[in-house]
Amino acid sequence: MEELLRDLGPQVLGILVRRGADFAAAEDAVQEALVEAVRRWADELPAEPKGWLVTVAWRKFLDARRSDAARLRREVAQVEEPPPGAAESRDDTLQLLFLCCHPTLSPASAVALTLRAVGGLTTRQVARAHLVPEATMAQRISRAKRTVAAVQLGEPGDLATVLKVLYLIFNEGYTGEVDLAAEAIRLTRQLAGAGEDPEVGGLLALMLLHHARRTARFAADGSLVPLAEQDRSRWDADMIAEGVVVIQAALARDRLGEYQAQAAIAALHADAATAEETDWPQVLEWYDELARLTDSPVVALNRAVAVGEVDGPLAGLGAVAQVPADVPRHTALRAYLHDRAGDRALAHDLYVAAAARATSVAERDHLTRQAARLRG
Amino acid sequence: MAKYLLLKHYRGGPERTDYGNAPMSDWTPEEVSDHIAFMQRVADELRERGEFVDAQALSPEGAFVRYDGPGRPPVTDGPFAETKDLIAGWMMIDVESVERAHEAAAYLSSAPGKGGVPLHEWIEVRPFLEHPPTVTD
Repeated sequence: MEELLRDLGPQVLGILVRRGADFAAAEDAVQEALVEAVRRWADELPAEPKGWLVTVAWRKFLDARRSDAARLRREVAQVEEPPPGAAESRDDTLQLLFLCCHPTLSPASAVALTLRAVGGLTTRQVARAHLVPEATMAQRISRAKRTVAAVQLGEPGDLATVLKVLYLIFNEGYTGEVDLAAEAIRLTRQLAGAGEDPEVGGLLALMLLHHARRTARFAADGSLVPLAEQDRSRWDADMIAEGVVVIQAALARDRLGEYQAQAAIAALHADAATAEETDWPQVLEWYDELARLTDSPVVALNRAVAVGEVDGPLAGLGAVAQVPADVPRHTALRAYLHDRAGDRALAHDLYVAAAARATSVAERDHLTRQAARLRG
Repeated sequence: MAKYLLLKHYRGGPERTDYGNAPMSDWTPEEVSDHIAFMQRVADELRERGEFVDAQALSPEGAFVRYDGPGRPPVTDGPFAETKDLIAGWMMIDVESVERAHEAAAYLSSAPGKGGVPLHEWIEVRPFLEHPPTVTD
């Protein structure tokens, strides 16, 4: 039942907001309705769970407004009669998603609001996932609600912003009781189910193909395992198969975008039974495509990795030299390429420098171990 | 979002200052209260912006401690004379950008000292090491 309620909650919220309820009041009402559902549905599910929730939540919303007294009397009269045919489909959830990822919000606000309102997570869960106090997250969410209060639900949204927010949620990964990567996949799947744009499929495939490798990315002691050294038998073959189907379907529509290109690269890695069998020339071709779509220096750096594999470490170093030095992992990649070129002393020094610039503990420890390996 | 530690030093920083060269012991009770109220207000405002993680003040008196071999008691050293740099406390924030972290630190540094004049004290800003990103290739 918990699953069902998490699925229905955002849809019901979307319906209330569309009927004219303001975001905060609608959310309170839906929460109350969900609590009542947990109590009342324990013995028997109603025939129309969603209709039941909409009715109860709408009543709770009206009750709250009535108790808000005369100030609102006229408005209540206006919204008393909901338009017919409200309980429709997943459209309500998707409209809510576009609202929560509105371009006027900062990325972090959009992430928090989306997880709360569309993902159906509690404020406490969102707070824990971000390792901040619950009161802080409550403020972040309520500020975000105030920002979007003036936006009409259902007005054309910005798909690129929505995809960016979902991508951010995915990359936040797993830091507590809530698996944000899985949550991002769930939301992207809903969007893909309704969507026309192949970039949604591209993003979904990208997520699936990376999520499939998750257990292999870390050793038992928590240390980072680079792609080339991962135990590929630990990759999730079903998830990879799904990701490949999704990216092929997206690419077949012949409207290439960044997420599709990234997913195509991930699919090539997934396709190799061993690291040695990786089709690097084709990976490089996709990076060339990606570089045409975006001037991101991160892409340029990753392209240099592929150049190093195809044309050798010295060519790779030539490509790295074209990338601004302040891009994360720039020094780490130079260390790796000098290592492969056989210059142990320089590689050692660069690994030490890269460890000092690492932005995560796992990455720092990995680089420190590489430096230690080359010492002496 | 990224987390930063804003470290407040009693002394230290690129220039050696001592609360605007007027140690807190020279302040009037009102000046001390105003300073503390300001720090509280900064925390409240960060909370209201959804950026506050933690704040902690530290006692100036402490000791250095180290291991001294099996079966031996810990070795301690200190407390030290007031010439040493001491960490007075910290504020931990979760913000959108490094620019925003610097803005918050500068605000903290504008806390009033003697005569209600901003201290301009140096705040050390240190980024946290976070989890590695999922998508790296």
